[in-house]
Amino acid sequence: MSRRLGFYLLLAPLVVWLGALLIIPHIELLLTSLQVKVKPRVYEFGFGNYAAFFTEPLYWNTFARTALMSIAATALTLIVGFPISYYIAKLARGRSRAILFVLCLLPFWVSELVRTFGWMILLRETGVVSNTLQWLGLSSGPIEFLYNDAAIMVGLVYTSMLFMVVPLVTTLESLDDSYIEAGYDLGGNGFAVMREIVIPHAMPGIVTGCIVVFMLSLGNYLTPILLGGKDSLWFTEQIYAQFITRFNWEQGSAFGFLLLVLSSLIVWAGLKLTGQTLGQTVGRG
Amino acid sequence: MTPESPVAYDLECRSLTKSFDDFVAVQSIDLAIPAGSFFSILGPSGCGKTTLLRMMAGFVRPTSGDILIKGRSVLDVPPNKRPVNMVFQHLALFPMMSVAENIGYGLRRRGVPREDIARRVEEALVRVGLPGSGGKRISQISGGQKQRVAIARCLVLDPDVLLLDEPLGALDLKLREHMKVELKKLQHEFGTTFVYITHDQSEALVMSDRVAVMNAGRFEQVGTAQDLYYRPATAFVAAFVGESNKWRGKVETADAGRLTVLTEDGVRIAGSGEAALAAGATVDVFVRPEAVALSRDAAGIASMANRMDGAVASVLFNGAASRVLIKAGAAQAEIDVALPQTGEFNDLAPGQPIHFGWSDAQTTCFRAG
Repeated sequence: MSRRLGFYLLLAPLVVWLGALLIIPHIELLLTSLQVKVKPRVYEFGFGNYAAFFTEPLYWNTFARTALMSIAATALTLIVGFPISYYIAKLARGRSRAILFVLCLLPFWVSELVRTFGWMILLRETGVVSNTLQWLGLSSGPIEFLYNDAAIMVGLVYTSMLFMVVPLVTTLESLDDSYIEAGYDLGGNGFAVMREIVIPHAMPGIVTGCIVVFMLSLGNYLTPILLGGKDSLWFTEQIYAQFITRFNWEQGSAFGFLLLVLSSLIVWAGLKLTGQTLGQTVGRG
Repeated sequence: MTPESPVAYDLECRSLTKSFDDFVAVQSIDLAIPAGSFFSILGPSGCGKTTLLRMMAGFVRPTSGDILIKGRSVLDVPPNKRPVNMVFQHLALFPMMSVAENIGYGLRRRGVPREDIARRVEEALVRVGLPGSGGKRISQISGGQKQRVAIARCLVLDPDVLLLDEPLGALDLKLREHMKVELKKLQHEFGTTFVYITHDQSEALVMSDRVAVMNAGRFEQVGTAQDLYYRPATAFVAAFVGESNKWRGKVETADAGRLTVLTEDGVRIAGSGEAALAAGATVDVFVRPEAVALSRDAAGIASMANRMDGAVASVLFNGAASRVLIKAGAAQAEIDVALPQTGEFNDLAPGQPIHFGWSDAQTTCFRAG
C-alpha cells in the first residue's frame, strides 16, 4: 500500500507540471478556438476559426511555407551535424573530444537574442561580410544578406545544431568500433559501412534529433522575425498577430491548436515514411 | 620460410615490428603458416598478440617488416580488400540485420547476384549446423549459435586466412569446451587456414596444429602442443604452458646437460638443461605436477632420480584434475602433485606421511633471467 502511495507522490510533480502548463492551457485553447464571434461581445460555438485557416490562402500558405522551411532546416542540420557528431564520437580522442563538445555547447551560453544579433552584425548591409567582400574587391557596393530565406535558414540551423549533435553523439558513441571494423573487414568500403552499419545504428539518435529540431524550428519566433524581416511569413508570426495586434484570441487559439495538430501529423508521417516508431527510437535513444 | 617457395604458406610475417611511441608492442616477428593449418598465438594479456592479429587484418600498419598472404605482400592492401577475414572478440554481429543478412553482407559488398547470395548463405548455414535459421534476429540466437554465425559470415567469403580474436572468451565453460571441438571440426571441413589468438592455453593446445607462445612482443617458442608442453624452449614457456613446480637454485655439477642443482631451500635436484649451463649458474627448475610419482613407502619410488618425503598438506579434489599439496624439505615448501586416479590414494588425508619422486629427464632447468 505504501509503495503505491510513494509511486503517486513521485508522480505528483509531473502530473502538476503537465496539467498546469500543458493540459489546462490546451483545453482552454481548444475551448477558446471554438468560439465564433457573431457581433461585439457575442460568441457562439462553431468551427468558423478553423474554417478561416483553410479558406484564407495566406494562412495555410504561411503554414505550408513554415513547415517546408522547417523540414529543410532539419535536413540541413542533420547533414551538417552528422559528420560533426561522427567526428566527436568516433574519431576524436580524450581531451580534444571534450573540447569539441564544449565548442558545440558554447553558443548556448548566450541568449538566443544575442546570438541572432550576432548573425545580424555579420549579415547586414553594413556588416562584416558585406564590408569584407568590398574590401577584397569582390563586390562594388554593399550587399544586403539579411531579410531573405537563406538568412532564416542559417539562423535556424545554427540555433538547432546542439539539439541534433547531442542525441547523435550519444547513439554513435554506443556503436562499438568492432562493428565498423567488421564492416570493413568483410569487404565494405566507407560508404557501405556508413549506410549499412553506422546509420541504421544511429537511427534512434537521428529520429530524436530531427523531431526536436523540427519542432523547435516550427515554433521558433525570434530567428525568423529578426533574420527574415517583416515578410518572413512564419506561422508563429500569424499567431502573435492574432493574439497581440488584432486581439482576436479565438482565431489565435485556433492557429495555435492547428500548429500542434499539423506538426504532430508531419512528425507521424515522417516516422511512417522512414519506417520508425516513436517507442522504438526515442525509447532506445 | 624460404622466399623461393611462396605458395606453400598462406600467411607469412617477416621481421614484423610495431611500436607505439616508445613502446614496442610487436618485436621482429617471423612466422610462416602452411596452407590449411590451425595456428594459435598464445600469450598473456598485453603481450602484443592482438596488435599482431590486427596488423594481419590490416587495421594496424606495421612500423617495419612485411606481411605476405599466399606469397604476395599485403602491406598496401586496405582491410576491406585483404583476402583475410576476422572473427572479433565479441563477434560484432550486426544487430540491425538478420542472421542471413549478416552472412550475406560480404557477398553483397562483392556484388554477387541476389539469388546466388541466398543460396550461398543457406549453404553456409547448413555447413555450420544452423539450417533454416537465416530469418532469425541476432538477439534470438544463443551464444554458441552466434559463434557459428560469425564464422559462417567470414567463411562464406572463402578467405585465404581466417583470423580469430579470442572468440570463445565470453562463453561459459561448458559451451567453451564444446566450441573448441566444433571450431577444430569446422576448420578441418572448410580447410581454411585459421590464426587463433588466445590467452587460454587449453584452447590453444586442444585445437592447434602449431602454437606460438608470445611474450613481451616476441615469440618465445613455436611448435606443436606437445613440443611446448614436454620440451619448452624457455623458462617463460615452461611456466606459462601447463602447471609447474618451480625452484630457483645453483648448478653444482654439469655434464652435457645432466645437472645437479642445489635449490635455495637446500634441496638437491637432478635435472636436465641446455649443454651450455655450467657449474655455478643460477637456474630455474620446473617439474610438472603429473611427472611426480607418489608412494606410501620409500621403495615405491626407489627408481626415481629425485626422491623426497613429506606430509600431505591438503587434497584439492577436482575430479580428474585433483591435486595433492605436500609439505617437504627443511623449508616446508609446498609441492603440487597430481593425484593418480587409480584409486590407490583415494583415502589420502592431510597430515599423512608420503614419499614422492620424479625422474631427472622430466626436470627442466633454464638459466634464470
